Amino acid sequence: MTDINFATNPAMKLAPDLFAVEMAKNSNREGWGRALADMGDTNPNLAVLSADVSGSVCTNHFEKKFPSRFVQCGVAEQNMASVAAGMALEGKLVFFSAYGVFSPGRNWDQIRVNIAYNNLNVKFSGAHAGITVGPDGATHQAMEDIALMRVLPNVCVLCPSDEKQAYKAAVAAAARKGPVYIRLCREKFPIFTTDATPFEIGKINVLAEGKDVAIVTCGVLVHEALKAAKNLAAVGISAAVLDCHTIKPLDVNTLVTYAKKCGCVVSAEEHQINGGLGGAIAEALAEECPTPLVRVGMTDKFGESGSAAELLARYGMDAAAIEKASKSAIAKKAKNKKK
Amino acid sequence: MGTNRLNSTTELKLKANDIRQDLIHMLLAAKSGHSAGPLGMTDIFTALYFHTASHDAKKPRWEERDRIILSNGHIAPILYATLAHAGYFDKSLLSTLRKLDSPLQGHPHMGSLPGIETSSGPLGQGLSQACGMALAARMDKRQRVYWVLMGDGEQQEGQCWEAFMLAAKYRLGNIIAITDRNLIQIDGTTENVMPLEPLADKYKSFGWRVVEIDGNDMNAVVSALDEARAHALANAESAPTMIIADTLPGKGVSFMEGKYQWHGKTPNADEAAIALKELQDARAKINADQ
Repeated sequence: MTDINFATNPAMKLAPDLFAVEMAKNSNREGWGRALADMGDTNPNLAVLSADVSGSVCTNHFEKKFPSRFVQCGVAEQNMASVAAGMALEGKLVFFSAYGVFSPGRNWDQIRVNIAYNNLNVKFSGAHAGITVGPDGATHQAMEDIALMRVLPNVCVLCPSDEKQAYKAAVAAAARKGPVYIRLCREKFPIFTTDATPFEIGKINVLAEGKDVAIVTCGVLVHEALKAAKNLAAVGISAAVLDCHTIKPLDVNTLVTYAKKCGCVVSAEEHQINGGLGGAIAEALAEECPTPLVRVGMTDKFGESGSAAELLARYGMDAAAIEKASKSAIAKKAKNKKK
Repeated sequence: MGTNRLNSTTELKLKANDIRQDLIHMLLAAKSGHSAGPLGMTDIFTALYFHTASHDAKKPRWEERDRIILSNGHIAPILYATLAHAGYFDKSLLSTLRKLDSPLQGHPHMGSLPGIETSSGPLGQGLSQACGMALAARMDKRQRVYWVLMGDGEQQEGQCWEAFMLAAKYRLGNIIAITDRNLIQIDGTTENVMPLEPLADKYKSFGWRVVEIDGNDMNAVVSALDEARAHALANAESAPTMIIADTLPGKGVSFMEGKYQWHGKTPNADEAAIALKELQDARAKINADQ
């Protein structure tokens, strides 16, 4: 193997200083919150609900600008989901948010029957999702929310990778008919996309081309995957990086194209590997194009307290883990060829 | 009200009797479903759809209609039978209840039939949705009345109390909830399974205006519903209203009356024949008493 240069896909218009230590950071929940406040200006029909965590989930920007279109539901996520449904039944474009462990963790039934079964225009985010919520510990680390939402008919599931993409996801969710779940995190992560980076629901962003392994990722692990791809290039491995920000509807065409091109796939997410992005990819590949797959994510465990970086390392969800998984996937591919 | 408004108590009683007979036919044909609740709530549904509420079967999405939200979706047969009698769809559909391809789903599905404001089945979610509707109406400065029909057993769901709090906080005076206080649920009486009393005091302490009536006395039902609607229109930003309607589950069929065993069970052919005979006799008596 020889060293190869790592380059991102120019069409993706990523930030030039992609791996700089001093790179600007923010949480993706901030992007969602800004988008709501901005959309409130142009859409008088937009209403927002919160469950006592308005500041944390960044719906407070909207609340300050449009108090008469903001509903404070108190610590009652089940009620909030049904109230949101009622507002949508009367024609409102409704957004609500709480921590992922509580919403959609606690109000799954209300989301299922009131919102999904009725196919209503309700857009809701689970903030503080994933292990990167850190010190709060396992009770507050939503590691199952993608799985919970992905199985519901009519529900679109988005997992934005940075603050700018979260803004675009909220805007795209507003424009889409029907329920949309948006997964957000608390921790500040590098803003590595730009205003010019494309975002279309249901379309994978190919951030880097590659031929040896396809890394399919979402959320805050996308940047880790880019770091992994750069490190892999240094040892002669060409890794494609696919930002699969839409887990449902899954962009099966692009997934299959890269599975065929690379011959093996790695999924990477800060979510249980069962039922999340990894689960979705495993299902699609098994049916459409059986391909060696290694899933990076939480391996059927609960987390614990610690910093975001410590926990990503401890539970194998950082760039190093993605590099290791990529090598395993390539080894699986080679083993299959020998047979 | 654009649909067949009935003003005399006798007409309403006869309509309720017709609907009860159709319920027996539906439940017999369906072979599964709930009997006691629908029969107990027939007088209230009749008064609501044929007297008090403002609605139009020919224009089910009429913007200014009263919204009638059925929270305890398992009493769907009474909603379906009443909607059919009111002209929302053909009565011939009633015999398809719970069958494959029928729009009359086991529990109400919005979109399958005109006149259904939201899907329901899992308990304790109707009032919350009415709160959302009322908040939306307030944002848009529209005057609307929101009726929510609730079971008593379903109020063991904590979400009901979250919604009671929110409705009081936002002073959603245009919400009128009606609790079917029939004292039964699947496993027994409500007070044995999980006591609800003192129910009226609980609502009051949650900031609600409470009215208590005999839910099977047509005169009492009509006057309570009329009063509640007038109050809701005049006081859209005040305490919401709860009508506790004491009803007899299985009302009108002697062997079902008051029996929790008939909560989730349907009559067989012999039982249905007896039930229909009793209801026909009751109908003759309403006519004779006129």
